[in-house]
Amino acid sequence: MSIFEYNGSAIVAMAGKECVAIASDLRFGVQLATLATDHKKVYKIHDQLFIGLAGLGTDSETLSQRFTFKHNLYKLREERDIKPSAFAQLVSATLYERRFGPYFCQPVIAGLEPDGTPYLCGMDSIGAQEPAKDFMVAGTATDSLLGICESLWRPDLGPEELFETVSQALLSGQDRDCLAGWGAVVYVITKDKVIARTLRGRMD
Amino acid sequence: MAGASQQGGFAFDLCKRNEFFEAKGVKHPGFTKTGTTIAGIIFKDGVVLGADTRSTAGTTVADKNCEKIHYIAPNIYCCGAGTAADTENVTGMVASQLELHRYATGAQSRVVTAMTLLKGHLFKYQGHVSAALVLGGVDFRGPHLFTVYPHGSTDSLPYCTMGSGSLNAMAVFESGYKDDLTREEAMDLVARAIRSGIMNDLGSGSNVDLCIITKDGVEYLRNHEYLQAKTYERQFPQKFASGSVPVVRERIYDIKKVVTVVEGEPMDMEA
Repeated sequence: MSIFEYNGSAIVAMAGKECVAIASDLRFGVQLATLATDHKKVYKIHDQLFIGLAGLGTDSETLSQRFTFKHNLYKLREERDIKPSAFAQLVSATLYERRFGPYFCQPVIAGLEPDGTPYLCGMDSIGAQEPAKDFMVAGTATDSLLGICESLWRPDLGPEELFETVSQALLSGQDRDCLAGWGAVVYVITKDKVIARTLRGRMD
Repeated sequence: MAGASQQGGFAFDLCKRNEFFEAKGVKHPGFTKTGTTIAGIIFKDGVVLGADTRSTAGTTVADKNCEKIHYIAPNIYCCGAGTAADTENVTGMVASQLELHRYATGAQSRVVTAMTLLKGHLFKYQGHVSAALVLGGVDFRGPHLFTVYPHGSTDSLPYCTMGSGSLNAMAVFESGYKDDLTREEAMDLVARAIRSGIMNDLGSGSNVDLCIITKDGVEYLRNHEYLQAKTYERQFPQKFASGSVPVVRERIYDIKKVVTVVEGEPMDMEA
């Protein structure tokens, strides 16, 4: 059994026209037992930047707390919020520091740069960055999610269309995975608002 | 929490826990690798480096268009194969060290300096930092091309290949190489070698990147050959009607800034 399959998770992020969406499933389980159905894997760093952390649950929580800590210090020093591309470097360095004893997490970073351009970046558990212009997936359902995203994504989707596309992709992908599912939460980030929606999916 | 960040370098505090996982039979997951075909050739006026653009996580393609030719100095570039995080970080680290060295010496960086820094670091970690590199550049002594292996050994060669597609690319080089190639001949030969890796090696794919370094400067041809284009177009893009997804709860966070800045005369603070 792989350490990534201990808890199970599914995360998708997609870029649209001046908007990004990031979504995760809501299951929290230990191997084949489900213990909670309201466990989000997407964490807010600031209004225009979210990070999804797939993999071992305890490492996701620890890392999200460390990143919030680092961003708080950054805000005190710089007197502004961190840019998504700079944050990706921060995440990559934090993960590579543990190269020979890693955190078992795969981050997906989604946000809007200060000028409004969407920013998407995925990483493996030791911080190898993979920027993307279309979509990024992580978790236990990656094979299915990659397939459905390749098929459904189109360039220049508006916020509403992007929401529908991300939701359909995530719900379809997590239906084919035993370890992810039990509902989903989707954040759509635009220049002047963030819309958080909770979806009803198959509860099995 | 602060620990390793203070001195830099690696932190080993999670190793004990991870060893415990392994003893319990929990397998460690694979890292993103660059299956890769990378190659370099010395021609009459300089060096041509080439690379494919596929990075893999197991047998799945993680990134269809990643950049494998890394900047080391204005006159030195390095192609990387192996574990993606290792190649990125080791080339980034040596680039920073060389920049500081340039400020200290006031002179252009030499390719052998980059090579020595790389091999020293890789040997220190006994091959655990899994980076196989093709380092090329032009300095005052002329064009140089080196291969650096994960355990720290190096070779100085007129043409070389690394990665899972290295045999495919080397076959093309061995049949096509001659001394004093022109720039166009060298570019064509490297592109053919990388293409051979892309088509025949499963760990390499997508597009061809080239980087031509001469004493007059660098030409970085990102996606010199774009072979990744889809062979078909979806006729009827799937469009979902608004409201087709079952939403249980919706919350809207308005993040427009509360303070509005209005243009005006600066206030007189004296009185």
